[in-house]
Amino acid sequence: MTTLTDPPKESFRLSMLLNDSRYRSITIQIVALIGFLTLIGWLLNNTAQNLADLGKEPSFRFLTQPAGYDINQMLIEYTNQDSNLRAAFVGLLNTLIVAIMGCIAATVVGVIVGVLRLSNNWILARLMTVYVEIFRNVPVLLWIVFTMAILIETLPAPRDFRGDTPEASMLLGDTVALTNRGFYIPEPLFSRSLGDVSLFGQSPLRFDVSLDLIAIMATLLAGVLLAGLFAKRADRIQAATGVRPRTWHWRFGVIVLPTAALLAGLGLHFGYPELRGFNFQGGTYMRNSLIALWLALSLYTAAFVAEIVRAGILAISKGQTEAAAALGLRPRRIMSLVVLPQALRVIVPPLISQYLNLTKNSSLAIAVGYMDITGTLMGITLNQTGRELETVLMTMLIYLVISLVISGAMNVYNNSVKLQER
Amino acid sequence: MTDLSYVRTEMLSERDPPLSTTGVIGWIRENLFNGLSNSVLTLASLAFIYWVLSHFIPWFWSPTWNGTSLGQCREMIGAAGKESGACWGVINERWPQMLFGFYPVEERWRPILAFVLMFVALIPVLFNMISRRWNWFLLALVLFVTTLFVASGWLAVVAQVLLVVAMIWIGRLILVTKVSDRADEIKAGARRLPNPLMFSAAFVFIMPWLLWGGTVWAPIATAFGFVVGWGAFRVLAPVAGSLVAMILGVVAAVVWWLFLVGPVAAGLHGLLPVGLEPVQSRNFGGLLLSVTIGVVAISVSLPLGIVLALGRQSDLMLVKWMSVGFIEFIRGVPLITLLFVASFLLNVFMPPGTNFDIILRVIIMATLFSAAYIAEVVRGGLAALPKGQYEAADALGLDYWKAQRLIIMPQALKISIPGIVSVFIGLFKDTTLVSIIGLLDPIGLSNSIRADVAWNGIVWELYGFIAFLFFIITFLMSRYSMYLERRLRTDHR
Repeated sequence: MTTLTDPPKESFRLSMLLNDSRYRSITIQIVALIGFLTLIGWLLNNTAQNLADLGKEPSFRFLTQPAGYDINQMLIEYTNQDSNLRAAFVGLLNTLIVAIMGCIAATVVGVIVGVLRLSNNWILARLMTVYVEIFRNVPVLLWIVFTMAILIETLPAPRDFRGDTPEASMLLGDTVALTNRGFYIPEPLFSRSLGDVSLFGQSPLRFDVSLDLIAIMATLLAGVLLAGLFAKRADRIQAATGVRPRTWHWRFGVIVLPTAALLAGLGLHFGYPELRGFNFQGGTYMRNSLIALWLALSLYTAAFVAEIVRAGILAISKGQTEAAAALGLRPRRIMSLVVLPQALRVIVPPLISQYLNLTKNSSLAIAVGYMDITGTLMGITLNQTGRELETVLMTMLIYLVISLVISGAMNVYNNSVKLQER
Repeated sequence: MTDLSYVRTEMLSERDPPLSTTGVIGWIRENLFNGLSNSVLTLASLAFIYWVLSHFIPWFWSPTWNGTSLGQCREMIGAAGKESGACWGVINERWPQMLFGFYPVEERWRPILAFVLMFVALIPVLFNMISRRWNWFLLALVLFVTTLFVASGWLAVVAQVLLVVAMIWIGRLILVTKVSDRADEIKAGARRLPNPLMFSAAFVFIMPWLLWGGTVWAPIATAFGFVVGWGAFRVLAPVAGSLVAMILGVVAAVVWWLFLVGPVAAGLHGLLPVGLEPVQSRNFGGLLLSVTIGVVAISVSLPLGIVLALGRQSDLMLVKWMSVGFIEFIRGVPLITLLFVASFLLNVFMPPGTNFDIILRVIIMATLFSAAYIAEVVRGGLAALPKGQYEAADALGLDYWKAQRLIIMPQALKISIPGIVSVFIGLFKDTTLVSIIGLLDPIGLSNSIRADVAWNGIVWELYGFIAFLFFIITFLMSRYSMYLERRLRTDHR
């Protein structure tokens, strides 16, 4: 009987750092880390030295100093005596407005175009193809300045609305005025308003939230949740008896009626734009730079969304539709129960990355003078204070946070609809 | 009993389908007017097309090609009896500027030659249907035509004679020898023509030289850096192992580029001064600027992006997190902020006293930007490969780089090609953003043309022309991507 001796204990040799796969990865990583830290240190050292030479040590004190410039489109009150930080906040809100409006419009247009591209109607499908190709293959910056030029050159000036026989007239029963300075639309007003609540006291990030808006949102949300309960009940009854009760009028009612009652209770009425002197007063004013940016971004992005929607629908094999039809489902329910849930899994991730692109492209606002975060913090504040390093890095950081929030939401969605495989 | 019978004994011949379901009428009924809603949509589409064309064509068809100012254009339109129309005089007068910016007029053959040569260099990369002989023949032809236009003196004559001889020799190969005979000859040991990819590789150094000019020794010395690195690797690999040799090879090449290229090129130029008139970067403009930024950024970002993707998929934790951080940071911010970095900050990050020009800075940032996007596309390709491929490569005993080069990358890149091309299209379109930091790309030029008194108020013609230029290029790129997808599809459908 032989006894196996332990293999001889190898003593550690320096060459094992390179030749032994147990240690080599650590060696490589340490070398990479040293290289990386050296690079960072070199950049920081250069930056510090350069800034010291220029006499501009990094400092964020400029944020609290008065901005000294006006912003022409704002959601919250702001005067040119407010601080640079407040100006940046106004710009951030402007970025978010145009991003949200753009995402909604791009989705609506994109879905319609994507579905129509698959239409049986030859001429309509070709028309949509032309739309997609034209918008996809021309730079978005060109679309933005082009749309701005269209608005300025083709729409009437406010003075054209004056006189007994005006050259231009307002639309929709004198409620909407499209001028080359911007659009004037009716604004909702409440005669028995609940008032506003101010957040963040006197800090630069202070803003007011309308309680009316919160109340309306809450009522709508409660209505939608109730409607969901009705649908669940219908599902239960269908599972038990095989007959689905008719509930759409209940669902419709719980959403619409309380909201309508609330609006009536708050005394909803509209303030219409009116021509006074050389310009319109009243109503909500949307500058033409906002309109141009919004239209151009959403039409450009819609072309990409259309392709995504088309690819998503085509990705569902014909067998799925046929199997659903063989089960006796009607076309509408085939769409909502079989095709859409599967297509959405393909559509949503690239769709959200298009939302991300739209948000980032909204920084091109600077080309038409819309004051978003790029125009305020990285535009006028940068030029006035000369703080290139701080403003550019802050702007990048803000965009980075927005992007990470959106892609985080995408990851949550992806995980929730992922196919459960083995 | 009678012989009467009512049973048919032969088949009736098939009748033609009804007229309304065949031919043009059938097609129209099928595709345009099947059902009420479809008919309404068809009519609405036709009305829309008519509306657009009835406004666009009279505007477009305007006899103003020779106008010299907006006022003169208006007179010409009035003389033609029309109310409004396009003023094409601005395009007639300014199209060279829109294409070349302020590139010196007598040197404009250089960008033209550079881009024609670029297509010759790209052919073996992009298409595999053209033979080596055709490729070399094309190159000789392009160079010959260039010498006719550009050069003079005895040197030009010598070059022309040499090129003609080369063309005749290659042309004889193309015309006289059959492909199969030539294949037999090669099998028997005859020399092949060199691979045209050699020219493609050399072109990477020829193109900047043609565009920016300067001494011919600078690109040669730069290219020699690769020889230095490779030589160091070959010498050290048997002694120190492949990993150390590779690191030292890279270090040797970097040292060569940083410290030795300048003196060596200057010294060689002193011995044998050959070169082109230098052109400053600030003279670049128009489409030339867009294409230069686009082409350089695209070609540099592809290898960089592949390295980043490998880093992100790597098992090495630190390497992985550095790659992830870089990719997510670049993808999370808009390109315009990176261009502001190029414009305001890049010189601040460099050692004091460094001042390299704005176009180079923009190219650096555009390269980093598209590298991050390429990395994500390539990562998608890597992730789409079945795990068996990686395991099979391991089982064959291939090391990491061999496995990547021989097994993983060819498949992963094939999957990612459509994504890569769309990143390139996006980057090329995004080169227009440089107008925001004050460079004169086509959009920036259109603003400065409008500042001219003669053309103050011209909008649609300039924007339309720019849109047309970009549309042509990006549309062709996207068609190429579709072609490539078809060519590379090896499954049977």
